[in-house]
Amino acid sequence: MRNHTTIRRRAFAAASVLVFTLTTAACGGAKATDDDDKPAAKPAESCVDVSGDTVKLGFVNSLTGAMAISEKTVSSVLGMAAEEINASGGIMGKKIEPVQEDGATDWPTFAEKTEKLLTDDCVAAVFGGWTSSSRKAMKPVVEKHNGLLFYPVQYEGLEASKNIYYTGATTNQQILPAMEFLKAEGVKTLFLAGSDYVFPRTANAIIKLYAAELGIEIVGEEYVPLDKDDWTTQVSKIVKAKPDFIFNTINGSSNVGFVKAYTDAGLKAETTPIISVSIAEEEAPNMGASVEGQYAAWNYFQSVESPANEKFIKDWVAYDGPSDVTSDPMEAAYISLYLYKAMVEKAGSFDVDKINEAADGVSFDAPEGKVVIDGENHHISKPGLIGKINADNQFDVVWSSDAPIEPDPFLKGYDWFPESTRDALVKAAG
Amino acid sequence: MSTPTDVESPFLPVAATPTDRRRLPRSSPRLSRDTVSLIGIGVFAVLMLLVAPAVLSDFRLNNLGKYACWAMVAVGIGLAWGRGGMLVLGQGVYFALGAYAMAMHLTLETAGPDAIPVFMILYDPLAPLPGFWEPFRSGAFTLLAVVGAPVLLAGTLGYAIFKRRVKGAYFAILSQALAVALAYLIGGTIKLTGGDTGLSDFKYFFGYDLSDPINKRMIYSITAGLLVLCLLVVWQLYRSRFGELLVATRDAEERVRFLGHDPANIKLVAYVTAAVMASIGGALFVPIAGIISPKEIGAAASIFLIAGAAFGGRATLFGPVLGALLLGYGRSSLSEQWENGWIYVLALMFILVTLLAPEGVASIPRRAAGLLGSLRRPTESRPPRNTAAKETKS
Repeated sequence: MRNHTTIRRRAFAAASVLVFTLTTAACGGAKATDDDDKPAAKPAESCVDVSGDTVKLGFVNSLTGAMAISEKTVSSVLGMAAEEINASGGIMGKKIEPVQEDGATDWPTFAEKTEKLLTDDCVAAVFGGWTSSSRKAMKPVVEKHNGLLFYPVQYEGLEASKNIYYTGATTNQQILPAMEFLKAEGVKTLFLAGSDYVFPRTANAIIKLYAAELGIEIVGEEYVPLDKDDWTTQVSKIVKAKPDFIFNTINGSSNVGFVKAYTDAGLKAETTPIISVSIAEEEAPNMGASVEGQYAAWNYFQSVESPANEKFIKDWVAYDGPSDVTSDPMEAAYISLYLYKAMVEKAGSFDVDKINEAADGVSFDAPEGKVVIDGENHHISKPGLIGKINADNQFDVVWSSDAPIEPDPFLKGYDWFPESTRDALVKAAG
Repeated sequence: MSTPTDVESPFLPVAATPTDRRRLPRSSPRLSRDTVSLIGIGVFAVLMLLVAPAVLSDFRLNNLGKYACWAMVAVGIGLAWGRGGMLVLGQGVYFALGAYAMAMHLTLETAGPDAIPVFMILYDPLAPLPGFWEPFRSGAFTLLAVVGAPVLLAGTLGYAIFKRRVKGAYFAILSQALAVALAYLIGGTIKLTGGDTGLSDFKYFFGYDLSDPINKRMIYSITAGLLVLCLLVVWQLYRSRFGELLVATRDAEERVRFLGHDPANIKLVAYVTAAVMASIGGALFVPIAGIISPKEIGAAASIFLIAGAAFGGRATLFGPVLGALLLGYGRSSLSEQWENGWIYVLALMFILVTLLAPEGVASIPRRAAGLLGSLRRPTESRPPRNTAAKETKS
């Protein structure tokens, strides 16, 4: 018995040593190269091949999971834009060959799929993402491989990456105009309701700072997880606080639960109106209760009157997509592909660095109006709009900025925003 | 169900496994079962450590590293569930301990000395670093926590649970509830933990630049090496007296108690070992995937982890590893193929395996061999021993 045990122990020890040796052998190269210095490694050489008559572009959207309901539309509208561009000659004469991937409402999956698109499919640029969490997961990947990401949704700002173009609004184009609108309406007290993740938290941090400046009192602040629908407890706090207005930064289907609790509690648009930043034409009819008379801040509405918008709506209705209404994130996704085309053609190249050099001032006659890229912060100018929901779940524009608002992601034009925070964030952004 | 089941079958009572039978050479020219397993581990080590890095691109190798992290958890599940009969539905908890310890360290390392993480500045620019983050500035403390935290938590919990003889469905519900609760706790404390968005954007791993593909390959090698080490540990445990006691406890806990052993202690060792493996898997998942969020540890993620073990064959040595690697690979490749319907294809595969090979993918070769044998010798297709086993099972 003892003999047996000894042999067994030896076998185990020998095997362990073998594994250790194999592992260190496999690691050997890494340590040797890293000995001399620790500067940032050069990003891997791009494998993008545009020598043929096509160019591959990657779309990464959640086609499964909780965000699928919103992101499928973005995926469809990107497909429509690609078909349109191909029909009119492609990008620099090259037809777009889309590669679709599923982000599955799972942040590491967004990172994995983006890396797959950039290094395995060798796409020239990636389009997609919806939640800020998904963007934050993709950001290190595009930066590491020096790729390009076009992100089409309004967000909390305070970010700028040389590898990302933000075609949705930053805070000074959506949330700050909404606050100015509330001030003009004579609002004295405001209640903040949001989903519990990075966008609502950051947006509300900014709202609180600006509210102090405008003399609006914040009488409450409540959060519910993104995947939870029960707002009963939080809405009872709203009833007690009796705010003049509710600022809603809830995302996705959680809005349905919020509107239900709001309606059940007897709150009405006439007395306690809501201003939302995530309820658009697509969401409004699906709230389970009427949202007529409520407000939303966006940069595009289906009701915007322009020849470009007429064409956009007509094409979308004719296209085999999941819905027949158009909305702000859809429009931002649609124009992102056209802006990319314009940037490539101005640069005369699909090379990321050359595109970045050429980006400043590139414009497009978008359905929302003419938009222009800011080459420094990679955002675009946009008109600020406030709409009021009518009986057809469309938005009547009740307020608009006179001219397109220049993007200011780090709120440099607002001295109420703490300098130290801005410095820390700009430094972290590199 | 018609193949002659081996001694490893979860369905056989302890009485049917004479302790020494396995150690005796079955027929003299053949190698012992343990040696075959050890050679198998050797082949697996060569495949993972030498062949895979040579043939796979950086991206695919990194993905394999991610599956290897899940496989490490699955090896532990094989030990606790397959051999120990504890339905550990909440291994996400231990995965989270390792993952968040590592993620906190990497976040602080990226922020730089004395700086606070960027996401905290976002919500509250002037807040100091929360106290529980402070020790994670130290790499040594982090590594210690990756191993020590699961030992402490699993040790305390396991002791309380097993000494009170909580088992079966109650244990499963308890462990699952813990994973759900932890996922909510992290999701609900965004200012302290990054919440639902999670922790990401790591630049360095113990001084190594994460944007350099060579360093990512190094992390892969460490992961693959540790996975092989986990296999060696369970290989050693399975062939030891402890392994036999564990199977005995699974199949007839009362009898083990009457023989003078305390089943609680036996289960505790298996449970804590499984927890440590899950924690190490979680810790390595962070630099490989580049992000950790509560989604990776909650109920669905925990079930995904245990599904890997079930898919591969929970009671076999290689089953959990193969199952987790296959499931991880399936998730990536099927979703690349059918980006809309991949989840249904994956589910269908799972249903088919459960229906046709309930003991997992690892049992398919043996079943196939058994089927071939029974075709050749139709009269011997149902050996009497198996009938006996089936009766005891039901």
